[in-house]
Amino acid sequence: MDLPTALQILDSMIRLGTPLLLACLAGLFSERAGIFDIGLEGKMLSAAFLSAAVAFVTGSVWLGVLAGLVAALMMSAIHGLASITFRGNQLISGVAINFLASGLTVLLGQYWFALGGRTPSLEGAARFQPITLPFAQELREVPVLGLIYAELISGHTALVYLAFALVPLSWWLLYRTRFGLRLRAVGENPAAVDTAGVSVVGIRYAAVAICGLLTGLAGAYLACGLSAGFVKEMTAGRGYIALAALIFAKWRPWQALAATMLFGLLEAVANRYQSLDLWGVPLPVQFMQALPYILTVVILAGFVGKAIPPRAGGQPYVKER
Amino acid sequence: MAAGRPGAAPFAIELRGISKAFGPVQANRDICLQVARGTIHGIVGENGAGKSTLMSILYGFYRADAGQILIGGSPTPIPDSQAAIRAGIGMVFQHFKLVPNFTVLENVILGAEDGARLGPSLAKARRALQALAREHELEVDPDALVEDLSVGHQQRVEILKALYRQAEILILDEPTGVLTPAEANHLFRILRGLSERGKTIILITHKLREIMDITDHVSVMRRGEMVATMRTADTSPEALAELMVGRKVLSRVEKGPARPGRTVLEVEDLRVCDAHGIERLKGVSLTVRAGEILGIAGVAGNGQSDLLDVLGGIARGTGHVRLNGRALDLSGRGCNGHARRKAGIAHVPEDRQNLGMIMDFTAWENVAFGYQGDPRYRRGPLMDNDALRADCAGKMARFDVRPPICDLPAKSFSGGNQQKLILAREIERNPDLLLIGQPTRGVDIGAIEFIHQQIVRLRDAGKAVLLVSVELDEILGLSDRIAVMFDGRIMGVRDPATTSERALGLLMAGVDDDKGAA
Repeated sequence: MDLPTALQILDSMIRLGTPLLLACLAGLFSERAGIFDIGLEGKMLSAAFLSAAVAFVTGSVWLGVLAGLVAALMMSAIHGLASITFRGNQLISGVAINFLASGLTVLLGQYWFALGGRTPSLEGAARFQPITLPFAQELREVPVLGLIYAELISGHTALVYLAFALVPLSWWLLYRTRFGLRLRAVGENPAAVDTAGVSVVGIRYAAVAICGLLTGLAGAYLACGLSAGFVKEMTAGRGYIALAALIFAKWRPWQALAATMLFGLLEAVANRYQSLDLWGVPLPVQFMQALPYILTVVILAGFVGKAIPPRAGGQPYVKER
Repeated sequence: MAAGRPGAAPFAIELRGISKAFGPVQANRDICLQVARGTIHGIVGENGAGKSTLMSILYGFYRADAGQILIGGSPTPIPDSQAAIRAGIGMVFQHFKLVPNFTVLENVILGAEDGARLGPSLAKARRALQALAREHELEVDPDALVEDLSVGHQQRVEILKALYRQAEILILDEPTGVLTPAEANHLFRILRGLSERGKTIILITHKLREIMDITDHVSVMRRGEMVATMRTADTSPEALAELMVGRKVLSRVEKGPARPGRTVLEVEDLRVCDAHGIERLKGVSLTVRAGEILGIAGVAGNGQSDLLDVLGGIARGTGHVRLNGRALDLSGRGCNGHARRKAGIAHVPEDRQNLGMIMDFTAWENVAFGYQGDPRYRRGPLMDNDALRADCAGKMARFDVRPPICDLPAKSFSGGNQQKLILAREIERNPDLLLIGQPTRGVDIGAIEFIHQQIVRLRDAGKAVLLVSVELDEILGLSDRIAVMFDGRIMGVRDPATTSERALGLLMAGVDDDKGAA
């Protein structure tokens, strides 16, 4: 494989891994605070739909992103209300959100645009445009490094750069700030936080809100960055793959980056090599496309070593005497 | 009411007419309490007497329906934990409120950080901890993960948390339940030192000996009311027990000498690994004979539970176990609770609420568990519910279960009455061997007496009893022989008549008098 091909695959890995990364970080904040969120998928989907719809109507991608954030935040509010305030089952709430998003997006899409649940194609300022980093063209001639800079690092949309910047930021927030300490504590032993005089409910809502914002970005990127418009069920299981990556990453930000990029790479390889000869045995295209999902199953089956989830995860906090 | 008030200084804490009801249940009724600054004040009472509710009110978990709290002489409402902390109240809960995978430092600053960034807070806490450690014998490695610390050290972290928040009043809820005697003594030294430096300490416990040893004053609660407050020097454990229960209580188990017969249980080189592959039993050998009670003493978590589990068929192990000369299956398909019951082993598990009963099921269903296949309980392929209810009613009468209502769910009974139901189920099967773990954990004094009598009666009927308890008094009072477990091994077997509590305490800490440190 030559360098340009490798760079193309890696470039595609970054673009395909970005929504996974954003969703994975979203799940990380929520689950570290003890709120399991199987509804990442539904939040992304609703954000994707509303961002595409608003971007099309207003012609501004940034207004679209804003609408995506609002959509995901509203879904998060439902999840928070069900699982924090009313102490419901977090899995059921998450599944409900997935169904709600899946149905509502198509219903509203048909009602507004009458395109069978799709939004019209986004063009121009209604879509994210690639950003060419300074000197990308000039440095192209520098062997290897220049090409990497021009091809791989330059030329992505704003949300890609934002997603990558969010990795160290999340790490800093979780491990170096008061908020992060409390958030992690709430996911491990909420009683410790409560008896220390800090509101468990407040921290958990904050975490769920952050989760909403990040899934909002992920959804907006899917519809307005990776694609040009909303298509029915366009998340295609990315929310679940992000959850698998989260477990793979053992709920840590840098590892989340690595895990989501691995999934992105598999998807990129599958897109590039529709069929592959492996020692004379042709692998069908379906197998290649199934690779990320197979990896998900492998990870969830626990083949990656022991992953200990936050201890208070999934349990509503009830004050005991 | 309170005695020995130093000068005219206001009380560190004073409660006036505190009442709290949960529905129809009056948990606290018109509680008045005065605690002088710099003293250690004990509060005793049976389970359900309202101690925990009162402390929850003091720590802002519940709001009192009526009454007033005065801190240092001024009325101080405590609507939440934050307010309690501001008022200088620190609480050491029975179940520690620590984050296991955080360091000691992180646990100490949680909720008391100085700013949005952690760095400065951590540095400040590190210095403060060093000072506190020097002053109060509270040494703990600030960078150790809490989950790696011993229980005694975790408790120190809780005390440090309170002191770091400038607590002037320290409330400890059953602090010695999980400690070795040596750790408990160290804790009491720390508490003494703290009170000498002017801190006020409220100690909630059901261990009357601790009250006598360490407190200056003691208050007794019964059925939601504060029935007495007095100087500890003016009272005795017997008098306190009587106040708690409302009637005379036998503090010693009455039993005649044991008449051990043939060997019922033989255990040889029994080994058990837990789910993480850590060896919990490291070659245990022991025998229990008919007509004797073998008591297993030890600090919780030294393998006693694993021993009960594997003998009861819940866990698997390797080695040899023979019951009445017949080998028991320790790892195959015959290793289950049902097979053990058929072989003649009855099991009263340590974890009553999870393994002993199903809390949402009724008393009569619970009384049949494990024996539901018995022909007596069946009518053709169906269960004979009438027979089950009648059987349950009989057991309730014989074991003095109150209230004697078969259709009440198990969770509606008090701990003592739940335990009586389980005992009735297991003992009335006439087993050759009774395994019984923590028979009186969470059980009121009145019921303790009854349960102990039943265990002795079973022994006198020529049955073998293997008793596991973390309560040294219980082990000493009931056992005919005592085996001490430490770190998955039997440290030694002693005769309770000739063994001091101190010697047992050393064995429990892994020190063998005869051989030096193990």
